[in-house]
Amino acid sequence: MSSSKMGSNNNTLVKLKNAGYQQNSKWLVKGVSLEVEKGKIVTLIGPNGSGKSTTAKIALGIYKKIEGEVEKYTNKVGYVPQKVSIDWTLPLRVNDFMVLTENLKDDAIDQALSLTGVVHLKNKNLGNLSGGEFQRVLLARAISKKPDLLVLDEPVQGVDFTGEIALYELIKKISEELNCGILLISHDLHTVMSATDHVVCLNGHVCCSGSPSDVAKNNEYKALFGEQASQTLSIYEHKHDHVHSHEGEIKKN
Amino acid sequence: MFDDFFIRALVAGLGVAFVTGPLGCFVVWRRLSYFGDTLAHSALLGVTIAYSFELNIAISVFLISSVIALILIQLQRKTNLPGDALLGLLAHSSLAVGLVVIGFLTFIRFDIMGLLFGDILAVTVNDLIIIWVGGALILLVLKLIWKPLFASTVNYELAEAEGLNPDRAKAIFTILMAAIIAISIKMVGLLLITGMLIIPAAMARNISDTPKKMVLFSIIGGLLSVIIGLFSSLEFNTASGPSIITASLILFILSLLKIKQSIHLKN
Repeated sequence: MSSSKMGSNNNTLVKLKNAGYQQNSKWLVKGVSLEVEKGKIVTLIGPNGSGKSTTAKIALGIYKKIEGEVEKYTNKVGYVPQKVSIDWTLPLRVNDFMVLTENLKDDAIDQALSLTGVVHLKNKNLGNLSGGEFQRVLLARAISKKPDLLVLDEPVQGVDFTGEIALYELIKKISEELNCGILLISHDLHTVMSATDHVVCLNGHVCCSGSPSDVAKNNEYKALFGEQASQTLSIYEHKHDHVHSHEGEIKKN
Repeated sequence: MFDDFFIRALVAGLGVAFVTGPLGCFVVWRRLSYFGDTLAHSALLGVTIAYSFELNIAISVFLISSVIALILIQLQRKTNLPGDALLGLLAHSSLAVGLVVIGFLTFIRFDIMGLLFGDILAVTVNDLIIIWVGGALILLVLKLIWKPLFASTVNYELAEAEGLNPDRAKAIFTILMAAIIAISIKMVGLLLITGMLIIPAAMARNISDTPKKMVLFSIIGGLLSVIIGLFSSLEFNTASGPSIITASLILFILSLLKIKQSIHLKN
């Protein structure tokens, strides 16, 4: 959590070294190493219960009694949790929610809400929003503080199909404009891969990791998601061959 | 001006209401009403210790309630018993121990009823100073921890992830709870303090659409309850605590009408 250490370059925002977390003597995830850099998008994929959210919480420092190491080089973090429920006893408008962790000027609030297309809901009660609208507000809140590191846990769940694509494009745009690093969790292989620089495929441990095309070719990935998913990825890669190539370091467990 | 016992009671009660308003909102938001009850029950032990060692009641109650809160946090870590069972265990055992100790203190004449339900005759000028200075301190600290406390009330993980240190805010809030019970015990009595925290806040929820409004209405509700309650206590010769709480209940019932109206409008 301190400033630069040996072994990481200046662009590193958060780095997990062989990190793991156990709850009630059961490992939720183990042996995860990954690194999020400025301007890069790292995506975690994997089946339900594979430890994606746990990994994100380790990176965020929410889980403290962990195995391994986390090095965090920034405190400007924006987080979209997988699940947020607002109790009825809390009268909370979108506007109040936007300034939850940081005091923002009115135009900064409006700007963020416009980006995710929900500025018209500014004075609405959070409890009255639909699932997709709430998700857009969550994303707006996370980006409004112009963070160095964005952690997005299934940020487009419940958003309609066209909105989903638009939001993924927005996420990509934000990472470029703010030059912030993004740790993204998603189920949606199609859309995610378009923006991703690095994919980490989890199933309680790191099955494989690398660039989207590398991961798609990996046998463990195929075993986990099936041949179909592999083709999906390849097709995707094929369609958008302008995606930047990276040296994908494949780790075998 | 403070020679009159009624004026003293009124000034004391208004001071308490200013503090219970915002704290009560957090008690409702964070579902801490039984926690408040537990601290209040343990206050009896604090009072008996104050009498035994001739300490100031408010300070003694504050210390004992803080200790009970610490014990609770430790028990939560060490056992798998559910939270409500632990709260019940602490609330009733500290109440029982307090009553047993009173039994031994035969040399002191105890006004148990006053302790349980509040006694406006008992408020001294010294108490006024404790209530207003203590109350101002509580509000100041609450203002300082407002952001992390409120953010973690909405979502703990969000607050933690974005660097607001919610655990520290929670610990400080626990101490504030012990403090408000300590300064308000003479007015409302230990059985009814939680009512003073919850009922005005619940009333305020019914008529508010933002957290700030809810805090404001909760304070106003508490102030009105104290004024109406104390005047009727004087008029009908009833105990001050129950009179104040009854007044706040009436305000709560009135606020339900507003809810009905807004539901009606929506349909």
